[in-house]
Order: sequence, then C-alpha cells, then structure tokens
Amino acid sequence: MSAVFAADIPYWGQSLLRALGGAVAVLLPAGTIVYVFLFKLMSFMQSRLGPMEAGPYGSMQLFAEVGKWLQKEDLYPDRADRFLFKSAPLVVLLSTFMLVVAVPFGPDAIFTNFDNGVLYVLAVSSISVLGILMAGWASANKYSLLGGLRAAGQLIAYELPMVLAVVGVVIQAGTMNMQTIVVKQNAGSIFGWDGIGNPYILTQFVGFLVFMIAVQAELTQAPFDMPIAESELVAGYMTEYSGFRFLIFFIAEFATAGVFSLLASTMFLGGWGLPWSWFNWGSLDEVHNVMNVVGPLIMVTKMMLVAFIIMWARFSYPRFREDQLQKFAWKFLIPVALGNIAVTSILKVAF
Amino acid sequence: MTMIDERRQLSYIAAQAADARVNVELETEGMTLNIGPQHPATHGTLRIIARLDGEQVVWAEPSAGYMHRGYEKLTEVRTFPQVTALVNRIDWLGSFANEVPFILAAEQLMGIEAPPRAQHIRTILFELSRIANVSLFLGDLGVQLGAITPVFMAFRDREYVLNLIEAATGGRFHPNFDRIGGLKDDLPKGWLEDTKASMHKLRTFCDEIEDLLFGNEIFQSRTRGVGIIPKEVALQYGLSGANLRASGVDWDLRRDRSLPMAWDKVDWKVWTHPDGDCFARCWIRLQEVREATKIVDQLCDTVPSGAVMAKVPRIIKVPEGEAWVSTENPLGEMGYYVVSKGDTGPFRVKIRSASFNNISITPWLLKGVLVPDIITILASLYFILGDIDR
Amino acid sequence: MPTSELASDHLREALVDRLRSAIGDALVGSHLVAGVDVWVRVRADAWRKAGLALRDQLGMDYFCYLSAIDWMPSPFGRSEDDPTAEATERDDTIRQGYAGGETRFQLLARVVSSSTHVGINIKADVSEDDLTVESWVPVYTGANWHERETWEMFGINFAGHPDLRHMYLPTEFEGFPLRKDFPLLARLVKPWPGIADVEPMPGVSGDDEGGE
Repeated sequence: MSAVFAADIPYWGQSLLRALGGAVAVLLPAGTIVYVFLFKLMSFMQSRLGPMEAGPYGSMQLFAEVGKWLQKEDLYPDRADRFLFKSAPLVVLLSTFMLVVAVPFGPDAIFTNFDNGVLYVLAVSSISVLGILMAGWASANKYSLLGGLRAAGQLIAYELPMVLAVVGVVIQAGTMNMQTIVVKQNAGSIFGWDGIGNPYILTQFVGFLVFMIAVQAELTQAPFDMPIAESELVAGYMTEYSGFRFLIFFIAEFATAGVFSLLASTMFLGGWGLPWSWFNWGSLDEVHNVMNVVGPLIMVTKMMLVAFIIMWARFSYPRFREDQLQKFAWKFLIPVALGNIAVTSILKVAF
Repeated sequence: MTMIDERRQLSYIAAQAADARVNVELETEGMTLNIGPQHPATHGTLRIIARLDGEQVVWAEPSAGYMHRGYEKLTEVRTFPQVTALVNRIDWLGSFANEVPFILAAEQLMGIEAPPRAQHIRTILFELSRIANVSLFLGDLGVQLGAITPVFMAFRDREYVLNLIEAATGGRFHPNFDRIGGLKDDLPKGWLEDTKASMHKLRTFCDEIEDLLFGNEIFQSRTRGVGIIPKEVALQYGLSGANLRASGVDWDLRRDRSLPMAWDKVDWKVWTHPDGDCFARCWIRLQEVREATKIVDQLCDTVPSGAVMAKVPRIIKVPEGEAWVSTENPLGEMGYYVVSKGDTGPFRVKIRSASFNNISITPWLLKGVLVPDIITILASLYFILGDIDR
Repeated sequence: MPTSELASDHLREALVDRLRSAIGDALVGSHLVAGVDVWVRVRADAWRKAGLALRDQLGMDYFCYLSAIDWMPSPFGRSEDDPTAEATERDDTIRQGYAGGETRFQLLARVVSSSTHVGINIKADVSEDDLTVESWVPVYTGANWHERETWEMFGINFAGHPDLRHMYLPTEFEGFPLRKDFPLLARLVKPWPGIADVEPMPGVSGDDEGGE
C-alpha cells in the first residue's frame, strides 16, 4: 500500500495520481454533502422525505440532476461580458481545487507538504471572491451586481476573523505546516494527560467557534447568504447562470463546504490522526503505513461531522442584513479572535 | 486623410457613446431596481420600483395592476349568488372569508338572517380560512428572511386545515360554500372531532414556529425596529387587521362590530402590540392563529342543531338599498359596499380589500430602508396580490 | 357583544348633527338605518371641508375607502340570457340611493372612528360638467391610491392630488371602465348564461321553495 505513495513511481505518475486524488477529494465531498445533507438531512429537518425515486433511497439523485444540468443550453445574457461570465464559475471552482492540495490525509497521503500551508490556505480561499465578483459584474444584471458586491464585502470582512482564529492554532502549534499541526495535535498532551492527544478544539475552543462562523460566511451559507438571498436578490450573482455553469457553482459551493470542513478538522479536530499514545508511536516516521488508508476515512468522518454543523446552521437560521453582518464581523468576531490570540500567546509563553 | 469606412466610423461613435454612458454612471447617481413583477418576494405580481443609493432606498413606489381582474365591473353583470364565486378569488388563501361579508351584506338588504347553526359553521369556516391563510404567512415569513425550514412546516400543517375545508365544502381553495340565507350543505359526520384534533396540531405548529423563528436572535434583529408605523399614520392610511393592531390600536371587527356570526359566543382575546414594527406585525399574526384555533375549538363544542339554510326564494332578488358590511378577514378589514336596485344582481359593489390600503403605505414606509428591509417590510405587511388588484 | 353599535342610534344622529353644525348647509342630505349605519351627503365644493370636519371634530381618524358610484342604469342591461325575465322596457331614469342625490356620479367614502368604532358613509354629488372635487389626500393620506383608482375608473378629477396617474390600466388606456356606459365587451360578445338553473329541483314545487 505504501508503494503507491512512496517515490518508486515516476514523477508524472505521481502527479497524475495527485491530480486524480485532488479531483476525487473535491468531487467526493461535494457529492456526499449534496446528497446526504442537502437532499436527505435537510428533508428530514423539514419533515419531508427528499429524493426517493432515483436509485435506492434516491441515492442516484445527484447523477440525475447533473445529467439534467449538462443537457441544458449554455445561456448567457445579451449584454454580458462573455469572457468573464463564462470563466467566473471556473475561478470559483479553481479556488476549491487549490485549497484541497494543502490538506494532509495521512502520514504520506498528502498532495503537497507546504511549510506555510496555513498561509497558503487562507490566501487561496479568497480567490473565490474574485470569481463571485466576476460573475456578479459580468452578468449585466442589477441583482447579480448587488449580490457580487455584497459577496465581496462579506468575504473580505470575514477573511480577517478567519485568519485571526487560525493564528491561535499557529501559535499553539508553533508551525504553519498543516502536517505538523496534525502531528502536534495527536502527539500532544493536555496538562500532561495524553489520552486523546491534544486536539486544538479543546484548547482553542473560541478560535474554533470564530473559525466556524467565518467559514459559514465564507461559504455564503445561511445566515450569511445575502450574496445569494433568493427572496431579495433572486439568486444574487448566480441569477443569470444556468446549465453547466450553474452546476459548477453548485458543486463549488458544496465542495468548498467540504474542503473547509476538512481544514477545520485538520486544524482543530486532530486531522487524519489517532492519538499516538494509543499505539505508542513516537514520531511521524513511526506511524503505521495503514494510516494512509485509515487517515482519509477518519478525515471524511470528521468532515461529515463539521459539514453537518454547517448545514444544520444553514437550515435553521434566517439571514442577516448586510450591515448587521459587517457589524458582527468587525465589532464582535475580530475582537474575540484578537482576545483569543492574546490569551493563547500568554499561555504559550507561560507554559 | 485617412479613409474610415462607415462601419468603423459607426463603431467609433458607439464607443464614444458608451464611454459617455459610463461617465454618467460613475457619478453614483443611484440605481433603479425593479423588484417584480416576477420576483420571489412579491406573492404574485406586485412590482416595486426602488431608487437605490448603494443599498439604501431613496424612494420606492409599488406598481399594482398586473393582476387586475375587474371584479367590481363583473359583479354588475352577475346575480347575487354568482358573485361569491368571483369574490372567492380576491384573497385566494382565505377564500371562504371573502364570501362572508358579501353574503352578510346581501342578507342585510334582504332582511333575513342565517339560522344559528349556519352562523356557527360560517364562523368556524371563517376562522379555518384565517388559519390556512396566516399559517402560510408564518412559514413564508421565514423564507423571506432566509430561513427555509419554517415554510415546509407551514405547508405540512396547513394541509390539515385545507383537508377540513375540503371535507366540509368540497373545495380546498375556493369553497364557494356560502349562500344567501345560510350554507350550501351541512357538515359531514365526524368533522367536528377531526377539526378539534387538527386545531391541537395547529397549536403545536404555532409553538414550533415561535421557537424556531420568533425566538431567533437574527429574526429579531432583522424585524425589531424595522418599518415602524405609528398609530396615527396607520389610521390615516386605513391599515387594518394585524397591521393596525401591531401599531397599538385595539380594534377587531370580530369583536367591535355586531354581525350575525358566532364570535361573540366564545371566549377569545384581541392582541395588540405597542411597537408597530415588523416584529409586532408578525407576532400579532402568530397570536391570531392561536386565538383562531381557540375560537374554532370552542365553536365546535357548541354548534347548535337545526337547519343550515333559511327560507329564501329560489330566484333571489335583493330589495333596493345600500349596505356596507366588513369583517375582520385574515388580511385585515374586508368590506363590500353593495348597492341593489331590486334586481337579481347588484347595481354596484365597491370591494374594499385590506391589502390595497395596507400596501398603499409602502411609499411612505420604504423611504430610507435597506434593500433587505424592503423584503422584511413587505413580508410583514402581508399582502395577497389578488387582494390589491381585485 | 359590542355596545357601540347596538344602542347607537343616538350616537349616529349626534354624528350627523355635529357634522351639520361643523359644515353648515353644505350637508344636503342624510339617511340613517337604525343600529346599522348612517349616510350623509355633502356638496361637492365642501368635500374637503367635510373631510376635515370628520377627521378633526368628529374623531373619524380611520380612513376606510373612497370610491364613486355611477347611478346611470347600464345602457347594455345586465347582458343576461335570462329565460324567465319578462321583456320589460328598461327604465333609464337615474335614481340615487340613500341620502338622495342630483347627479349621475356620486363620490362615496367611508371613515370610521377608531375609538368608538362607529363609521359614517359620506357621499357627494359630482356634476357632470366639471368632474372635479378637491382631493382628500391632505386630510387622509391614505386617500391617495383610492383617488387614483377612482380617477382611473370613473374619470373624476381630484384637484390637489399629488400624483394622479393610472393605477391598474396602461397609461395610454382610454375610457373609464367602471362607468356604466363602458361596455363589458366579453359580455356583449357572448352573453352570460344567467339564471340557467330555473327548472325546479325534482320533488320541489314552486319558485319560492327555500334552499338549493
């Protein structure tokens, strides 16, 4: 098994595998989240059955929907800026693909081992803003423009609390390398007790909350969905999109939810690892190779848990108003995150 | 001299014009946003033309008439019993309630009164259509504010009420059940027990909505202090129903106008709210559904026996006269000014529908609010387009 | 049971008296149905004055509606294919309703007091030579849309209305649909079946049998 991830296959083979892995890692979470959460859990929360016809318990529904979308004509408005209009969904999806490469799935199952992975993730996650702004501007639709502008304002405002929330983790781990962050969590101990390692959700609880709220806003999920806001802006920047390009937006939305859940589980929930004290592993090299297979499963489980929280909030909350959202970011989340950083730094120095 | 062919010259002129347009646009002169007639928040085809400065509304003007069906003209060529089929369609969510004031006006002109059993059943059905109407409002409110879950609960529980209305009248949306002098039919067997059971479910639904929506901080921050209508303004514009009571006016036609209906035989409460904001209007409606279930419950226990139809001639000719009857419909005060010339049909019917007045306040109310608040305010004023355009 | 409307004859009579003392002989007629409702008719030139008096002196702070009536019998009849109707000569004389009247068009409005819950129907004759009255918008702001509708449907002008334009119909629409001489074309093309159900139900004899 380890041969797959070791260096004895040629570089082009590795690249191909990584690219395939990346595509699977993006599309798989998107598919699962759409099916399990959007179609099924949402239905159960709303006392409906959800899709039941396509496949057993409607499990093939997503394929049916994709097939439907692919058949549709690729429309664009007459006055639209055609190049921007057509490329915008791809830019949004691109940011999702670029995010996933920094996520470690196992001791060797990593796409790229960035030394400053956290920085990279935070930087790349804002590319989607560009795509949304492009979509909003290029649609030649006032609703789309309003939606795009709202999205830009919102995503920029919530980038900051997200960065600040992650800074707490970085301080505690002492590194920006995602893999090292996972290692530190699983090898660590809380006040000398290493029974469950040291998942940062316990010590960085405030940071985790701020991070999740910021993620919710980054994903433009309710209660932060005013860029889309069906009842106000029809569908915001997506109003003019149909068929294949809408599908890309749709996939990107849910894939990004999945990827952010992966990031949250990497940085706060111990990532792919199990507490090392259970197996008497001392360092990353001693970790059993089977974790390259078990790790991704653990990651998917954690991703589902985090995605459940995201979707749960999405289905239960009404949406904020634009100004309330900005106030919430600047007057509440950022001070809280800053306070968290201060406390973390003091404790880091003290212990 | 360079030769410019006509095509290039034209494109040059077009580019110059485009630049000039861009320059004009860059002066942030504001943007006109056309909300509707096809828009998810307009319950039909209301169009709102809003002049925006950023996201703030400079002025807004509703433009009705996309669904004008000319009922006032049509009534003049219908007979009295035929009119109920028309007025059913005014507020299509609470159809039965539309029939009642017209029938009462005709009965008042004819000097007859429905038998007590018919009055009771009328009141029950009236309140059921109120529940059917307002429970949809409670669910829709969430959708307007971005919460998608409540609307499914509303549709689920509204189904019980629609089933009841269907069982009694044969029609889910447009019962056309009311007749001059009484009702078309008696109630089916076991209907009263079913109704009471359903009312229990509806009360649970109200509790759920209160938990899920009204207790939510975001909902409160979106609705409290938004779209405040002072009492005097509300009266000047002729707002009625929950919109008026939310501004602190203690006035409910069910209690304050004596009609041959059964509201005075049961114990219920008229709720008012001093704030006059969107939250108050929504909250009043929630309480009204609760009160309506209470009214229905009590009436189901006390339905008198007897006929459901008074003795009326087969071909109804209403004596000459004029009558104004209005009732407290789900949307507010709905009244008919009926003029009869002793003919089989009315000479003139003025339909005073609640939403027409309720929406006429929007130019005043929408000044200076933000775009999301337009939706909140429209949702809380609660209009049905058929009720504006008639 | 509300007390206001049961024994309110004195109340309504007093309303008419107070209005008369407020606007003098501009009040030209009144009609009272005991315990039900009251109608008054004022001169068209005192329309706004009457509105102000109602609002300020009679405490009628709630504006219910404003509309108009065209009292001319429709020249097209009821366009009914009524087999039972005996062919009568149509009576084209204009007969006004409660509180009398002299003109074909009458304004009709209703205002109510929010404290006593007693309302008053107010009418005014509008002469056909000059279909103009003073607008009520300065008195009751809510009259705005109602006057637009009345202007559109009856062609009655409201002097001093801020924004008199079409409410329902296209701007270029000609004619006033609610006037009786405006044909309801759909009806003229294909008359309504009217009272088709004239045969007595089986087992029921006579025309005056109750029920259906």
